Parts: sequence; C-alpha cells; structure tokens
Amino acid sequence: MAELTYRDAVARGIAQEMSRDEDVVFLGEDVAKAGGVFKATVGLLEKFGPRRVRDTPISEQAILGAAMGAAMTGLKPIAEIMFADFLAVCYDYVANEFPKSRYMTNGQVKCPLVVRLGNGGGARFGAQHSQCVENWCMQFPGLKVVAPSSPIDVIGLLAAAVRDPNPVIFLEHKSLYASKGEVPDGEIVDTLGSAKILRVGTDCSVIALAMMVPRALAAAERLQSEYGISCEVLDVRSLVPLDARAILGSVAKTHRVFTVEENPRVLGWGAEIVSIIADEAFYDLDGPPVRITTPHIPLPAADVLEDLAIPSVARIVETIRRSMAS
Amino acid sequence: MARTGFKPLSVVKHASRGGFAAPDLALAVMQEIVVSKQSSEKKMTAAPGEIDIDTATRLELYRLQVLLREAEQRAYDLFLQNLVKGTSHLSLGQEAIAAGCAAAMKPGDLSFCTYRGHAHTLARGVAVEKVLGELMGRDNGLMRGKGGSMHLTSVEHGVMGSYAIIGAHLPIACGAAWRAQYKGQSDISVCFFGDGTTNIGAFHEALNLAVIWKLPVVFVCENNLYMEYTPISEVTAVHHPAADRASAYGLPKIIIDGNDADVVYTTMSEVFDQARRGDGPSLVECLTYRYSGHSRADPAKYRPEGELELWKQRDPVKMYKERLTGLGFEAPRLAEIDAEVRRVVDAATDACKAAPTTSTDILFTDVYADGGWAWRN
Repeated sequence: MAELTYRDAVARGIAQEMSRDEDVVFLGEDVAKAGGVFKATVGLLEKFGPRRVRDTPISEQAILGAAMGAAMTGLKPIAEIMFADFLAVCYDYVANEFPKSRYMTNGQVKCPLVVRLGNGGGARFGAQHSQCVENWCMQFPGLKVVAPSSPIDVIGLLAAAVRDPNPVIFLEHKSLYASKGEVPDGEIVDTLGSAKILRVGTDCSVIALAMMVPRALAAAERLQSEYGISCEVLDVRSLVPLDARAILGSVAKTHRVFTVEENPRVLGWGAEIVSIIADEAFYDLDGPPVRITTPHIPLPAADVLEDLAIPSVARIVETIRRSMAS
Repeated sequence: MARTGFKPLSVVKHASRGGFAAPDLALAVMQEIVVSKQSSEKKMTAAPGEIDIDTATRLELYRLQVLLREAEQRAYDLFLQNLVKGTSHLSLGQEAIAAGCAAAMKPGDLSFCTYRGHAHTLARGVAVEKVLGELMGRDNGLMRGKGGSMHLTSVEHGVMGSYAIIGAHLPIACGAAWRAQYKGQSDISVCFFGDGTTNIGAFHEALNLAVIWKLPVVFVCENNLYMEYTPISEVTAVHHPAADRASAYGLPKIIIDGNDADVVYTTMSEVFDQARRGDGPSLVECLTYRYSGHSRADPAKYRPEGELELWKQRDPVKMYKERLTGLGFEAPRLAEIDAEVRRVVDAATDACKAAPTTSTDILFTDVYADGGWAWRN
C-alpha cells in the first residue's frame, strides 16, 4: 500500500497494461519526451521506448484516426487528447467512426482503444480548456465513457478500459491530478459499469462524478454534522455502461436524489439519470429529484467567477439542506 | 524518380491559381495527358507491349474493369427499379483505378475506401451478390443491410471499410500501416479518396503523420475533376489538388492517367513495393472522370455540354479492350470474359431479388463487442 497522486496513477495504470500486453501502444501530443503537459505520463518513454510511446504532431484527427486504424488491425492503442475541449476538432472519430464501425459492418470491424482526456475545470484555464465533455461522448451508442475520481480508480478503470474490446473514452479530471489516495501494490483491475457507494446514508442519495465526488463527500460530512442529514454518496465512475441498478437501489432506500454535475446544465448526464429514476422509481421518491450543475454558461477564467459557476461544497450543502427541508 | 516502364505525366504550365472554367479544365487535363504522352522520353502508355505486363495480369485487368462497369451499371438499373433505396455513388468511368490498384495489391493488403467504394470493394474479390444485396437491404448483403452503399466492408478480403465522412479514413489507414510497421508485418494500406478530400484537414494531418513515421501506406487520389457538384479547380489553390500538395510533405509529385489500367497497375506496383520495403508512403493523383453525378440524387447538370462525351472517348474499358486487341488478344477470348461477367452479374441480381429482406433480429446486435446494445444494467 502506498499513497499515490491521481497523476502518478495514470502513468502507473498505463505502465501496468503496457507491461502486460505488447499490443498496447500509447500516442499523443507531448506525451513521451515531455511526459505530458500534466506530467501524467512521465517515465513511460524511458520504460517502454519510442516504438511504443509516441509523440505526435498537433493533429488530433491523425491521433484518433491512427489509433482507430491500429485498433482495427490488432493493436490496443491508448491515445491522449491533451485537453478534453480538443475533442471538438477530432469529433468525427468519436461521433461517426469509433462507435459505429462494428455495427455498420455487422460485427466485422473491432475497435478496442482508449482515448484519455484531460477533462474539467477548476484550473482557471477559461472556456476552451476547462469543459466537462461527458455528454459529448455518452450520446453515441457503441462508446463507453468512464471518469475516475480517485487514484485507485484511475488504475483499475484504465486497466479495465484497455482490456475492454470496445472504444472507451477515459475522462481524467485535470483538477484531481494532484489529489492523493491509498493504492495497494500489484496489479489493479476494476470493472466498467459499476458505481461505488462511497458513503452510506439514509436520507438522500447524492450521485456524483469525478471532481464532484470529493465535493459531494465533503458536503455529506457537513450535512451530517451540521444538519443531521444522512447522505448516501454514489460515485457513478462509468456513465456508459451505467450502473442504473446501484442508483435505483440507493433511491429505493433514501427516497430522495441529488445529482452533482460539473457540466453545464442542458443535457448533462444527471438528466439521463433523473429520467431513469422518473421512469422506473417514481413511486420511491418522496420529493423531486434535484440536479446541482454548473449553470448553462461557458466557464469563465477568473477564479472568483469559476468558483461561482462550478458546484462548490457550500452550494451542494445549501441546495440539499433547503430541498430536504421543504 | 527512377521508374520502370512509364513516366508520370509532366505538368503543363498553368496559372498557379484555379480559374479554369469547367470545359477548359476538362480540355486542359486531356491535353496534359496527350502532351505528356508525346513528350515523355519513355512514353507512359498506349504503344502495345511497351509496358511489360504479363498476359494473365492484362486479362485480369480487363476482367476487373468489365466487372466493375457491369456491376455499377446494374446497381444503377436497380435504383431505377426502386430496388436500391437511399443514396449511392457510382464509379462509372473510373474503373481503371480500382482495377489497377487491386491487381497490384497482394492478399493481406488493406483497402480503405470512400462512400464511392463499390468498385474498390468488388475489385478485391468481394462477390457481386454481396455488394448488390447490401445495396438492396437484403439478408445476403455484405453487412446484412446494416451499413448500406456507403460503408461496404469485407475484412476477410482486406476491405477495411468504406468511409462516408470525407477524409476520415486517411488517418485510419495510417493507423493500420503503423500496426504493420510495429508488428513487422508485410502488408500495406492503400487509401482511396477523391479530389475533394484534399481540401479537408485530415488529408494534411494524415500525410504529415505518414511521412514522419515512414508508414507503409499509399494514398490514391481519384481526381475526377468535381468535388461534389463544384469543379475542384474553383475551390482549390493549386491545379493538381493532390499532387501539388505532395511537396509540402516531402513527397514526389506523381500524376498519372487514371483511365489507363496499365499505367495505374505499374505505378501502383512500384509505390506499393516502396511502402512494403519500408521506404515510406506515396501520394498518387489519378486523373479520371465520373460519368454519373456525385450521387444518385445528382443529374450532373453542372457539367458543360460535351464534356462527358469528350471523356467517353477515353473510356477506360473501351481503351483497354482496344489495347488488348492491338496486342493480339483474340476477340472471342475477350468476348468470353464479357459474357462470364454478365453471367455473374445476372446471377447475383437474381439471387438478390430472390433473397429475403434482412432479418429484423439484427437491429440490436453488434453495437458493443458482447454482441448486444446494453448501455446500462
């Protein structure tokens, strides 16, 4: 057991899979010699050499296209798109190519690859380097979409993503790279499609993802100690496949539900979850489901503005307290 | 460049920026082909026996072109009978490129095609019935109707897909070539696309990547003079949309007569070998002309009067037949090929008409690798 940063967990997860399987290769901008702009891939070039760890030009379409061609013909590429926002310049592969190739070809074409993205806000990077793009990805049948919140999940879910025979979008949260957590020694492999209950509670279910997970946990602590409200906190971890059973199970127990989403409001992942609850657990509810999200605005750069926009511990506490009182 | 048996077309000097009205362009391209033939030290085509191609290959080039012509014509006839729904993009007039490339490829080599991919798919040996069945949405179709005309794919034949988003497959072909290089495998990736593709970003990203990684990939531009409805010259900064960009990536400028299957075959044999040897990628611009509109919906009224007829004088199938006759191939032998192709296409048509529509059971299959479509538990 060792304490590891989320950042170092990325490199460890990739190294674990590259050591295991010679077909795993890694490519992206500044990922090899520079070790990544977030320093999340330091040491991989030294360990695996330039044949397997490749710096690319600033060519996001070439990165994802090459990853796909390699995946179709026998490799298991991990591609990095530096900032998740840049997915927009190579969106064709995410929207049209990766997810549809198997279906359109009646199962002939396989596309086992992982795209890692530096996702999310909190770093004062402004509107084009801070977005949460989960909902850009989860709308396409054929893709899997994963977003870990802790170092151990980074390793375990990354390993599961690499071993998965489908294309997987792997959303690393930029503002979590420096966060730390206990990680056991040895190989770690998790499963895609399983949510985790991180705090057991009885009064309401708080469903969160990525950076919103530590904030939901901190809010739950305060709601318990200051207001006596017992929150059950679920880390969704995997949006596709979605562990709807775990969510519905928690709602059946607590009868109230809150989603905490960093994305702008419209069509955030929480809307789909609330829709499922409305369809399948309506009579379990004692009150309306509540979505706590970034308002539907581009993210500003200045710290005072960005902090107001992204759901904070204080906002989560206040929203849940008020809703539970009404 | 040292080349055997042919010389790429020399380039006629033009003003450096577009500006050709379409009929002028057609004439200019024609002239380019003719002038080059007359002025090249080694004549690039035509004279019987000048290009050293064995008899079996010549007959195969002929058979493939006749097959592609017949099958595409049949696809068109089936539209008219409303038996093919949706859209379709025909390669009528461009058969020499698909035939010449396929004949030069080895088993195991990979083809990456566009939505105008029927000919390239058939040329790799995929059954006509499978292709027509796919167009008709029948259960005997290549993908049982799940892909349609624009996505013909047959992995077992090395046809790794037909891509309907312009430019998408150039980086994908790079990736397949990267895998071959990484694993020390000897196959090459051949990527077909139209002139319009040269103005999209993925074209440039792919060329750059292919060169810096020295990938075993060959990019084949079928310049049929029109992007979709607009003449390529009106929207492109250079005269040769692909070849004039080659130097930007340190590649030689290769322009060939795409209506001459022998030229296509010999050029491709050489650049394929180069890729296979590990000497890196090539970009080849093949000058050609499509007889039909961009797609089924396009009557091609934007074409100036006489242009189509002008190009039909250089019809690849007709020219090749004349060449073989000139080389001493006997008429009955060629007629036998024609008849056999007709039998194959007729039989495929009958089989497709008799085949059941595709099974609705497959609506939900193969979304994910487990065979199903579940996105939640």
